[in-house]
Amino acid sequence: MSEQPILEVRNLQKHFQVGSGKTLKAVDNLNFAINRGETFGLVGESGCGKSTAGRTIIRLYEATSGEVLFNGENVHQLKGKKLHDFRRQMQMVFQDPYASLNPRMTVGNIIAEGVDIHGMYSGAERKERVIDLLRAVGLNDEHANRFPHEFSGGQRQRIGIARALAIEPQFIIADEPISALDVSVQAQVVNLFKKLQKERGLTYLFIAHDLAMVKHISDRIGVMYLGKLVEVTTSEALYAKPLHPYTQSLLSAIPIPDPEIERTRERIILQGEIPSPLDPPSGCPFRTRCPHAMSVCAEVMPEFKEVEPNHYTACHLY
Amino acid sequence: MSKNILEVKDLKVSFNTYAGEVQAVRGVSFHLEKGEVLAIVGESGCGKSVTAQTIMRLIPSPPSVIKGGSVMFDGKVDITKTSKKEMEKIRGSEMGMIFQDPMTSLNPTMTIGKQITEGLIKHQGLSRNAAHERAVEMLRLVGLSNPEGRVNQYPHEFSGGMRQRVMIAIALACSPKLLIADEPTTALDVTIQAQIIELMKDLSEKTEASIIVITHDLGVVAEMAQRVIVMYAGKVVEQGTVDELFYDPKHPYTWGLLRSVPRLDQDTDSELVPIPGTPPDLFSPPKGCAFAARCPYAMGVCLEIDPDQTPLTDTHSAACWLLHPDAPPVERPVEVGRVAQ
Repeated sequence: MSEQPILEVRNLQKHFQVGSGKTLKAVDNLNFAINRGETFGLVGESGCGKSTAGRTIIRLYEATSGEVLFNGENVHQLKGKKLHDFRRQMQMVFQDPYASLNPRMTVGNIIAEGVDIHGMYSGAERKERVIDLLRAVGLNDEHANRFPHEFSGGQRQRIGIARALAIEPQFIIADEPISALDVSVQAQVVNLFKKLQKERGLTYLFIAHDLAMVKHISDRIGVMYLGKLVEVTTSEALYAKPLHPYTQSLLSAIPIPDPEIERTRERIILQGEIPSPLDPPSGCPFRTRCPHAMSVCAEVMPEFKEVEPNHYTACHLY
Repeated sequence: MSKNILEVKDLKVSFNTYAGEVQAVRGVSFHLEKGEVLAIVGESGCGKSVTAQTIMRLIPSPPSVIKGGSVMFDGKVDITKTSKKEMEKIRGSEMGMIFQDPMTSLNPTMTIGKQITEGLIKHQGLSRNAAHERAVEMLRLVGLSNPEGRVNQYPHEFSGGMRQRVMIAIALACSPKLLIADEPTTALDVTIQAQIIELMKDLSEKTEASIIVITHDLGVVAEMAQRVIVMYAGKVVEQGTVDELFYDPKHPYTWGLLRSVPRLDQDTDSELVPIPGTPPDLFSPPKGCAFAARCPYAMGVCLEIDPDQTPLTDTHSAACWLLHPDAPPVERPVEVGRVAQ
C-alpha cells in the first residue's frame, strides 16, 4: 500500500508516576499504523494498556514520549486552531454508556455539543442534523428531547455513537463500546458500526477484550500484553496462524459455542496471572507464563519485527 | 428415592416496588440430576439470577414474594416453605454459591481463612484448628500457591482470579450437594476464565457436586454443561442437552441467541444477526408469548395465548406455537444448528 496511513503510532510511551518514585509503564513503545477506511482492533486483557493507548492517541492523555501521526501531523504537538481542527477529525465512543452521557442534558444537546463547539450548524440546520444522526443510528426523531436515563444500554450506546459522528470525523476510537451490553444487543451495535463505516468511509480503532467480536469487526488486529504490542497482523492470519505464544493461548482460552468442538479440542491453559505492571519481568514481559520460555527471554526484550509479510511479532522464537 | 437433587415446579417470584409488581420469574420448571452440570442462559433481566437466588432463598422478602410453585431439594425439603432457621442449616452446608463479582462478594475485613472456616465451624462443628487445616487444604485444592501463608491474608491482597478461587473454596468447603455459580467468570479475563472453568469441571468430578451455572456466554455453556435451560422474560422457552440446544434448537429466541454471537472459528464475512428490539417490561408482561414482539415468525395466536412446553424428546422441550401440528412449517436459519466440519 503506497497510500499514507491515516494514523501512525511511533514508539509511543505513556508512563504514570504512581507515588513512592515508582513508574507505571502503561504503554511501552507502541508501533503500528492504521490505513484509511480500515478497522484496527486492539485486544488484550485488563490492565494491558489498550485503553491508555487509545486515550493517548486521541490526546486525552499527553504522551510521555513518541509520536502519534494523524494525516502526517504529530498530534501531541498541535496547538490552538490546529488542535481544535484535529479534535473534529478524531472522536471517541466510550465503554460505559451509563457514565459517558451527561444526565442533565437532552439527547439532542448531547449529540449537538460538538456541532456547537465547532460552530458548524445552528438553528434549523442544527436540528435537522440531530435528527439525521438519530435516524442514522436507529433512533427516532422524538428521542432528541429526552434525557439519557430514559434509554436502555444499547440505545445509550447509539447516542454515544451519534455524538461521535456529529462533527463528521474521519477517525473513531471505540473503547470497549459493546462490553457493557447484552449479547443480542452487542450484535445490533456492531452491525451499526459496520454500516456507518461503509456509508461514511470511517476508520476505526476498535479496542476490546472480546477476541471473537474483534475478529469479526476488524481488518487487522494488534495484541497487547503488559503495555507492549506482542503481535500485529490481519484478523484472518491472527486466527489461522497466531505466532506469539500469548496470542496462541488467548485464542485457545476462548470457549467456542459448539459442544462437539469443546469436547475434543486441546487447550493451552496459561499458568499464573498477569504480573504487576509496576514490576514487570525482565526481558520479554510474557516469559513468566510462557510455555516456550528460554533463558534469552529473561535477558533481552525481543524485537518487534516483521516475521512474515504483514505479520509482526515480538518473540525470540522467530 | 429420586435421582434428582433439585426439582423446581412452576416457580413464580415477584417483586413489589413503588411502581407496581415486577413478575421476575413467571412459572419456571426444571430439574437437576445428581452430579450434573446444568446451564441457565438468557439476557439480563430474564430472571435467571432471581431463580438461582430463590433456590438458595437469598432474596430478601419483602420486596420479593414467592407467588407459587415449589423447589424440592434432595427429594425431601421444599425450599419455598422452609423457615429461616432451617434454611440457614441448608445454605452453606448442602448448597454453595459462587457470585459474579469476586471483588465485592468477599468480606474485606476478614481474613480469607476466617471466611472459609466460618461455615465449617457452624455447620460441621469442627474445632478452630481442624477448620483451619481444612481451609488450607481447600485453598490448595483450588490451586493457590503457598496456602499456609495465604490463609491469613485479606481479600485485597488477592487478584480477581485468585479471589474467585477463594470464593470457590468457600462454596465447596462443606462439600455441598449443590453448587450454584452465578456468572462465575464474567468479571474475569479470558485466560483466567479458562483456568476457573477447568477448576470447576475438575472439582465437580472430584466432589460429585451438582452444579447450576448461570451465564450469558454460550461458549462457557458448550464447554461446561451437559444440559441447558434458555430463559426469556421470566420463563423457560427451551431446554435440552447441549447437543440438542446447539445442533437442533427449536425456539426462535434460541436461534436468535446463537446467531447474534460471532464465532472465533468462522468467517468474518458472515453478518451477525441481532435480535431486534428489547425484552418486554415485566411490570405488565404481554398476554401471549413474551418473545412474540421480537419474533420474525410470530403469528396471530402468539400475541393471544402463551404457548406451553412441547416435549420433543425425553430431554428436549420448547415453548413455541411453531411446534404445534397446525402451525405452518418454518425453516430454521441455515447458520444455526450443526456446522459443516
